[in-house]
Amino acid sequence: MPLIKSSEKISVTFTLNGIKLSKNIYPRTLLSDFLRYSIGETGTHVGCEHGICGACTIIFNGKPIRSCLMLASQVNGHELTTVEGIVKDKNLDDLRAAFKKHHALQCGFCTSGFLITISSYLNENPEYADEKEIRKILSGNVCRCTGYVGIVDAVLEVIKKRNEHKKNA
Amino acid sequence: MNKDKKILMRPKYIGKPIERFEDSKYLSGNAKYTSDINIDKMLQLVFVRSDESHAKIKYIEYKEALKLEGIIDVLTFKDFSELNQITSPSRMSNYFATYQDVVAKNKVRYVGEIIAVIVAKNRYVGEDALELIEVDYESLDPVIDPEEAASNNKILLHENIGSNVILERSFSHGTKDYIKSKNIKSVSGKFKLSRKSPIAIENRCYLSDYDIGSGNITLYSSTQIPGVIRDALSKILGIAGNKINVKALDVGGGFGGKGSLYPEEIIVTYLSKKLKKPIKWTSDRLEDFLTTSQAFEEIIEAKLFFDDDGKFISLEGDVIGNIGAYSIFPWTGALEPVQVIGFLPGPYDIKNFHGNVKCVVTSKSPTGPYRGVGRPAAVFVLERLVDMAAKSISMDPFTIRMKNLIDTKNLPYRIGSGIIWNDAGFKECLEKSKNSNFFKEIIDIKNKKKCNRTWIGYGISTYAELTGIGSKISVAPGMPINTGSETATIEIDGTGSVSGIFAIASHGQGLETTLAQIIADEIGIKPEDIKITHGDTSKAKHGTGTYASRSAVIGGGAAIKTARVLRKKILKVAAYLLETDPNNIEIIDGIISSLNTNKSINFSELANSVYSDMETLPVELRDSLYAKESYDPIFGATTTATHIALVEIDKQTLKVKVLKYLVSEDCGKVINPMIVDGQVHGGVAQGIGVALLEKINYDNQGQLTTANLVDYKIPTASEIPKIDVVHTEHFLPENLGQFKGMGEGGTIGAPAAIANAVADALSDYNININELPVNQEYLFQLLKNGEIR
Repeated sequence: MPLIKSSEKISVTFTLNGIKLSKNIYPRTLLSDFLRYSIGETGTHVGCEHGICGACTIIFNGKPIRSCLMLASQVNGHELTTVEGIVKDKNLDDLRAAFKKHHALQCGFCTSGFLITISSYLNENPEYADEKEIRKILSGNVCRCTGYVGIVDAVLEVIKKRNEHKKNA
Repeated sequence: MNKDKKILMRPKYIGKPIERFEDSKYLSGNAKYTSDINIDKMLQLVFVRSDESHAKIKYIEYKEALKLEGIIDVLTFKDFSELNQITSPSRMSNYFATYQDVVAKNKVRYVGEIIAVIVAKNRYVGEDALELIEVDYESLDPVIDPEEAASNNKILLHENIGSNVILERSFSHGTKDYIKSKNIKSVSGKFKLSRKSPIAIENRCYLSDYDIGSGNITLYSSTQIPGVIRDALSKILGIAGNKINVKALDVGGGFGGKGSLYPEEIIVTYLSKKLKKPIKWTSDRLEDFLTTSQAFEEIIEAKLFFDDDGKFISLEGDVIGNIGAYSIFPWTGALEPVQVIGFLPGPYDIKNFHGNVKCVVTSKSPTGPYRGVGRPAAVFVLERLVDMAAKSISMDPFTIRMKNLIDTKNLPYRIGSGIIWNDAGFKECLEKSKNSNFFKEIIDIKNKKKCNRTWIGYGISTYAELTGIGSKISVAPGMPINTGSETATIEIDGTGSVSGIFAIASHGQGLETTLAQIIADEIGIKPEDIKITHGDTSKAKHGTGTYASRSAVIGGGAAIKTARVLRKKILKVAAYLLETDPNNIEIIDGIISSLNTNKSINFSELANSVYSDMETLPVELRDSLYAKESYDPIFGATTTATHIALVEIDKQTLKVKVLKYLVSEDCGKVINPMIVDGQVHGGVAQGIGVALLEKINYDNQGQLTTANLVDYKIPTASEIPKIDVVHTEHFLPENLGQFKGMGEGGTIGAPAAIANAVADALSDYNININELPVNQEYLFQLLKNGEIR
């Protein structure tokens, strides 16, 4: 493996929210910093930089990951989706509406990470709206404002409605 | 149409669960937190922080760091010599202020204190430089244990004070004659509430932008108190207030941790002026653990006296509060411990009260305000004593509380520490909780779930708190800043749209929505048509911010007072335009109509006739559609609640799980029930953290050993149950709007309710729950001892 010099920029090519990008970066740049400061997409938030709080969660090749625990150099050739990307997804309008209705956010700082985690869970088409299961899924993201009550209710409602819709279709 | 009928049709937005206007920006990733702002040519700061708890600084070597590309400068105390020290005065006698250099000069007093400042082109390079800087210390003995520090003057943290006790205060009410009484019974204990950290998910962040042309400074700050910060910076930097604009953009949670003045705020602002460059600092989580004001750490010895019937006779309490290294600005380090003793008598009729409090400095991070201030500790201690008293005379926990709670007809009531409770449904909240289906369910679960694998128990807590505090009472005892009033400005522009401007600073409370609901009802427009501005000292010239459950009460009161003045102006113009009397006009959802004709106008037409059209109105009626009023409720509003928790303890792992939770509360008139419930849920979740998980630990050398979110656990969705809320609305006639503060209550009631529930679950053992958090290690030690006994 060739030695990478920390002072020399390397080139990365990747897809962010459906758009192909190429950037030159220092090899040690954190993915979360890269998204926020090099790309300027600040919807991805940084709360702990040690992988606990989940505020920086993004989708990497279809799976939710912590962008604070990855280097930007690792995204070469891969696909990323951030909160700015899922905004365009009309299929998630129901989730955003449920978040508003159930007061699933207060200060909003953790919200991007929760939306990413939940959108990824909803993609698995859960058969039942099971509260225990949902709490387990959500436990990788920390919210300090809501006590999770509204977030759990929002996810329960979205799953129930989607499943009803499927049944009727 | 008859007038009464028309009024009935007017929509009331207060009381409705209106979805928040703030939500869309957060849901789309478009909110702007301070760390999201980046300005061209901006420099970043990295701080060299003390890694010793108590030491003299011998020298700082940073030559190597200066050689790094991208390092602009490394600055030490001499570069900040023109700045005043941070000190927090108080009117309390026997109070000794501490003095903190913005950058430490000779001595450091906690791990994390700033020793030098690296100015770098970016954070990465700045952190490289940090590795190259050497600090040589002469270690001094750390000051760790507050009881020892209080009684031993050999090791002093602040030599000029001559003691480690910066305040001692006593309260005494009634007599001590009861000790001689034959029928007197008592329960007592030595209680401890561990130190904790507020942990907002957004770390603190400051960005100061100096405008070379005008000499104006804009400080973007993740603060709860922009007005207080502006005033303090003006004094410390010697710059006129109108040259400094403090802007709190979107703030990612506060909980008190962003409610004080920090050295980093001063340094960022000072350097941007000195270097004529935008300067930014973003805290990382380690720095947040080390330097954001911490909370609690109190040792409380208390004794409750009562008679055979369970009637309380007296309460005695002795509080030692470990406030950390410095007395924080503007609240002072007395804020928390003094209020622990102040709130100790609770909502009960107790004729005699004797209390003492000592505030002790130690070489740990400074403490400051945290959600609930003083009340979580006070309620934990008193409610444990109440349950212990009930158990000792085999009385039901509801009965003993009902017997001693202050009756509504005896309000206002002055408790032994001097706090006055006004209209609040103490007994009603308790009764409602007992009569709820929730309570039947938990008794059912408790009876059914009895098994070999777990212990199960329930606990209740009842408390009262003082919110929306007016100018007669200091939010922090003896504090020289008036926090008793707020100002609202409401204006209508040339297009007819309405703006409300406030000095409060919302950081999750939904005030952009609730203040719009209040103004909407007063004026007769739709809430979604009102733009609320807050957290910007250039827009609202005076006001302190959002803390101490005050914004809905005082900010909301100011909104009502101002809207009423503006409405009069509107009616005056409209009466001329509609050719009727102001009393014959109704305004519904932005349509201004005459009640005796069919004529109506909208706000755009109204504004046009006042501001643009120079023909319709006579000159004297073209007064700007603008009002600005201040509101001061003078006293405080009493909020009360009863909490009930059902917990289960795993016999193998000793892990406590909260199964069900109920809050029965009275916060006066509910502006938005969805938001009120949300505040309760969030508060309870933090209270569960206090009760079961959150513990800041320093070792005997003053090193923080819980400096990340793995070692310091905060609740996730798996630790928090569904939380039920029921409301009682007791009104306080003197207050505009009848609102009471309620954002802190969840955190006040939950630690006590859970402690009582754990004690109930373990009632077969001879143990006492007198320390929080009740984590597995604590229970293990306790049960080991309990079994031996």
